[in-house]
Amino acid sequence: MTTTSTRHGAASDAAGTGGLRLLDVSLTLGDGEAAVTALDHVALDVTPGEFVAVVGPSGSGKSSLLAVAGGLQRPTSGQVHLAGTELTALSDKERTAARRRHIGFVFQQSNLLASLTVREQLLLPLHIDGRLDAAARARAEELLEAVGLSHRRGHRPHQLSGGERQRAGLARALMTSPAVLLVDEPTSALDRVRSAEAVRLIAEQTHAHGTATVMVTHDTAIMDAADRVHEMVDGRLS
Amino acid sequence: MFLALRDLRFARGRFALMGAVVALIAVLGVLLSGLASGLADAGISGLRALPVTHMAFDETATSEQFSRSTVERKDWQAWSKAPGVKRAEPFGNTLANARVTRGAEKGEQVNLAVFGMAPDSPLAPRPTEGKGLHDGGAGIVITREIADLGVGVGDVLTADRSEVPLKVVGVLDEKVSYGHIGIVYTDLDTWRHLHYGLPGELPEAAREQATAVALTLADGADVAAVEKATGTRADSKETTYGASPGYTAESSTMALIKGFLYAISALVVGAFFTVWTVQRKAEIALLKALGAPTAYILRDALAQVLAVLLGATAVGTAAGLALGSAMIGKAPFSLSAPAIATSAGLLVGLGIVGAVVAVRRITAVDPLTALGATR
Repeated sequence: MTTTSTRHGAASDAAGTGGLRLLDVSLTLGDGEAAVTALDHVALDVTPGEFVAVVGPSGSGKSSLLAVAGGLQRPTSGQVHLAGTELTALSDKERTAARRRHIGFVFQQSNLLASLTVREQLLLPLHIDGRLDAAARARAEELLEAVGLSHRRGHRPHQLSGGERQRAGLARALMTSPAVLLVDEPTSALDRVRSAEAVRLIAEQTHAHGTATVMVTHDTAIMDAADRVHEMVDGRLS
Repeated sequence: MFLALRDLRFARGRFALMGAVVALIAVLGVLLSGLASGLADAGISGLRALPVTHMAFDETATSEQFSRSTVERKDWQAWSKAPGVKRAEPFGNTLANARVTRGAEKGEQVNLAVFGMAPDSPLAPRPTEGKGLHDGGAGIVITREIADLGVGVGDVLTADRSEVPLKVVGVLDEKVSYGHIGIVYTDLDTWRHLHYGLPGELPEAAREQATAVALTLADGADVAAVEKATGTRADSKETTYGASPGYTAESSTMALIKGFLYAISALVVGAFFTVWTVQRKAEIALLKALGAPTAYILRDALAQVLAVLLGATAVGTAAGLALGSAMIGKAPFSLSAPAIATSAGLLVGLGIVGAVVAVRRITAVDPLTALGATR
């Protein structure tokens, strides 16, 4: 009983301060014989400004963790709390809106739209939300500066290096001032030096903007920059 | 349009190719419309110009009535007395060959579409040169197509075989034709000479006959009784167009070609946007993962479709108009604004239908796929 009340207390803390909290989350994919347990009773707390890395081999459930935490997929059981709301209790439409306003995604390589310039990639999330104004444009310039892409603002993705694309993706994710930043294998297309730089930038931005950041990776070399490291094996988080 | 416009610019080569197909179809649409109106003019402009609302034919003539129907004096008399009938009069129609026997073009062969009517009837032409049927004496009023051959007032044509002389008393400077042949107007007796191929004195029976009863009916007139009594059937003027030679075949051929054209266009647009949407699947998943509602993406895609269709149709229609204007006079071709507007509207409308079917795929894209292959 004591444990339970402590857990609830932590939940309201995370909610109150706008972090991310996964409560006993399980996800089963497929049916019957073919059913796979992607997430097995996962619990995770990330407070604002905290950078958590989740490492594990491919197929361990890391991406499922991001999908559930980011509202792309409903867990089979358990709750996801995000920026004061219970994501798992929302309708599909409300979840889409929550993704738009409170969650920043940094995807793997192909995460930019081919026809947009770097600057336009950043403005897109705010156009989707109907908030493309002078403040948004100013914020885009700031973020471009922060990730070192000011000189590339007019270039399209095919003119950028892998590292530059990754940084553009990070800047875009931060445009909406999200409560939660979810980062999927940020270094899969980068060499060792660039990887270290990219992860250092994520850590820096997490602390600067106070996002609750979860990064999943199979690259154990980049964990140093994280505040906390969890390991994921067969859907279980340690 | 944030993304749609940028995609148009970015993939301008592909969109230009597809737009060119739509534009070319729009050109064809204008040309076919022009040709259809031109053929219709050549086929039935003479009938269209008659100030009547209906024509009553012998009810036993069910197709090409103008060449098969015969009505008699008692029929047009019965019609003129029937309730709801404002005016009824005999109308004769026949095709004839003649040659110029006096005049500058002596020896020239001409084809005539002969319309016979009482010289004092409202059906009779008001010539722009010379005299009318009522004050010019027995003779014919020719129209532009025959005048263009060099035939003028005072010339005489002679009908083949019957050798009936036809004196040109007047010229109506308008292009009115029937079955692709220029019209001459004449009195009923002259028409009967030509129709029956009879020279000299007409037999009494022939004087009692005409092709049809030309009618002006009051709105909603019930003519069933007089139809039954006379053994005739009244067709509206528009219906009689189908009774002129070749008209139905021509217009249905044109309609068929146009129908296929629009169907092809809709399929091309549909196929293009299907491939485009499939190509864009990863980007659509990304947009959805970023929290874009499906409606946002659909709106964007449809705005793009509309921009391409409107642009291509406008360019194509303009090119078609330029090309068509050059064809006027060289082919049976005439440009009518409503026909061209309908053609362009159908092209855009059916293109949208094709594209809507294609971009509906957007709704089925799963944002989860944005997370990549490592799941």
